[in-house]
Amino acid sequence: MQDRADALIEVREVTRRFGPKPDFAATLALRLGLAKPAPVVHALDRVSLKIRRGEVIGLVGESGCGKSTLGRVIAGIIQPSEGEVLWQGTSLNALPPGKRKAADLAIQMIFQNPMAALNPRMTIEEIVAEAPRTHGLAKRGDGAYVDRYLAMVGLDPATKRRYPHQFSGGQRQRVNIARALAVQPQFLVCDESVAALDVSIQAQVINLFMDLREQLNLTYLFVSHDLGVVEHISDRVAIMYLGRIVEEAPVEEIFRRPNHPYTKALLSEVPRIERAKRRFKPVAGELPSPLDPPKGCHFHPRCPYATDRCRIEVPKKIEIAPGHHSACHLNAA
Amino acid sequence: MPPILQVKDLVTEFGPPGGPSLRAVNEVSFSLERGRILGLVGESGSGKSVTGFSIIGLLDRPGRITGGQILFDGTDLTKLSGEEMRRLRGRRIAMVFQDPMMTLDPVLTIGRQMVEAVLAHEAVSKETARQRARDALGLVGIPSPEERLAAYPHQFSGGMRQRVAIAIALLHRPDVIIADEPTTALDVTIQSQIIAEFQRLVEMNGTAVIWITHDLAIVSRLADDIAVMYAGRLVVTGAASDVLSDQRHPYTKGLIASVPSENRRGERLAQIPGMTPSLLRLPQGCSFRLRCARATEACKAMPPLVEENGRAFRCIHPVLEGAA
Repeated sequence: MQDRADALIEVREVTRRFGPKPDFAATLALRLGLAKPAPVVHALDRVSLKIRRGEVIGLVGESGCGKSTLGRVIAGIIQPSEGEVLWQGTSLNALPPGKRKAADLAIQMIFQNPMAALNPRMTIEEIVAEAPRTHGLAKRGDGAYVDRYLAMVGLDPATKRRYPHQFSGGQRQRVNIARALAVQPQFLVCDESVAALDVSIQAQVINLFMDLREQLNLTYLFVSHDLGVVEHISDRVAIMYLGRIVEEAPVEEIFRRPNHPYTKALLSEVPRIERAKRRFKPVAGELPSPLDPPKGCHFHPRCPYATDRCRIEVPKKIEIAPGHHSACHLNAA
Repeated sequence: MPPILQVKDLVTEFGPPGGPSLRAVNEVSFSLERGRILGLVGESGSGKSVTGFSIIGLLDRPGRITGGQILFDGTDLTKLSGEEMRRLRGRRIAMVFQDPMMTLDPVLTIGRQMVEAVLAHEAVSKETARQRARDALGLVGIPSPEERLAAYPHQFSGGMRQRVAIAIALLHRPDVIIADEPTTALDVTIQSQIIAEFQRLVEMNGTAVIWITHDLAIVSRLADDIAVMYAGRLVVTGAASDVLSDQRHPYTKGLIASVPSENRRGERLAQIPGMTPSLLRLPQGCSFRLRCARATEACKAMPPLVEENGRAFRCIHPVLEGAA
């Protein structure tokens, strides 16, 4: 077991539900048995994850599995319903205000759609300079500060008076990265940050992420549905299914010896260039609704090996090899 | 047997008549035989979707075909009237879009829409049409099709909606299906379900398919032939295995090399420098010239599509086997 202190960030037993907050009338109606409880989305179900300094964690799963919610909880954008997020060993919510602000700045997020994340009415200079000026990291009129970050992400500082619409998709994502870096973070949550880019541009941005990690000693949580990208960039991979992490292991281990039946199904779909035509052999079924997740193991309705136990009991995550955790009853048998 | 579809020197332009225009599709030629799948590959703005829309006659103004021929079973589609094209579309040539909600009307039940699609081309009774619709839903793997006919599109998941769209495209057993990124918006496990279903049905009916995508990994598993577009022009065509394993064109080579699984884990990805040029400001000669490490003075003249053993590439400095 790793020492607590070397985890840069740790998610402990985090649950997050989405649903309407019942007002007074609704609560009363519910108490009197006149109404059914409103539907609640179970986005995260007691998720724990430890991220060490300097590490790249790939978080993989299909849409609706809760990977973006987990990314946002870690970035502090949404609060967990239960459980806590620890920054260097201390719960974010227990930090004194000054340290909390420092932690908030140290954790930055990069989103999927680069245009939606940029204010179209600000020049990229204003966009990149805004946060460091507000937080006293750069002085007003310190043009060199912005130039340094633009150059770092491969943009020509001479273009800084332009607006986001004057850039291509790949360049806009570079602006987003420069903005995140400008507050000197230690940890980046990248939520599908290369998904919207064309193949040739995607490779450029992935290379940029890898260079920056080396230059600035950054730690990443790389949220993605693209297994090829995750396999390439990550040190460790966590696989999510319907609100739970079902398997977690170093990248080589998970791709060589996937343990969970869901991981096995998912990994057979890694986008690779094949030199000969072949049949697709898909896993049957679809992701169940997070409004009403199946009992026991969430994957059992689609799992070819499911037993009665899987339908009743939630499998615990156990260590099946050094650093390789999997939540499947088949391991206990 | 002659190819079912032959596109010859197709030019599609956008812009006011008589005014300056933008060539989205520039002298594109390829042919498609029955029962074969052609992967039409390119990045955004390469003209791959516009090629698809041109063939099926769904170009929006100010887009128009200004040159070339589209021979479908011997008929030139560019010469047909709107009404003649309408009778063909959906019956002999069908299309599946990236977003199934482009095909489905949100306020009508699936059954009503499918019956409508049958009756648009065939004089059969409503009951027969309904039966056809039910069978089609069953074929694409939708459980309890009879009940699902009464459901509205929003009651289906994304993957199921795309199955419905495919069922509608298959209703009349078309000769050609144009599939425009039909799995891009779907999750990987659902994506392979849809592709597996598609492969099976196409084989069963002997339908010819143009599969438009940016995803080389999908095409490599699915397509018989591949055509790669760049800035409106075809740059590579040929049998899939040839195009993928021996890449003559520097662009295809760069594109394949930049896929993460083609690289060693954790190392920098091979990357193509720069970005796709705007169609309004194309460099003189080869459009890929400014991003190409092999470019010379001679590339300032547009290279012709060179044919060689059943494949073709547009490059005067091709990457030869063994070199590089």
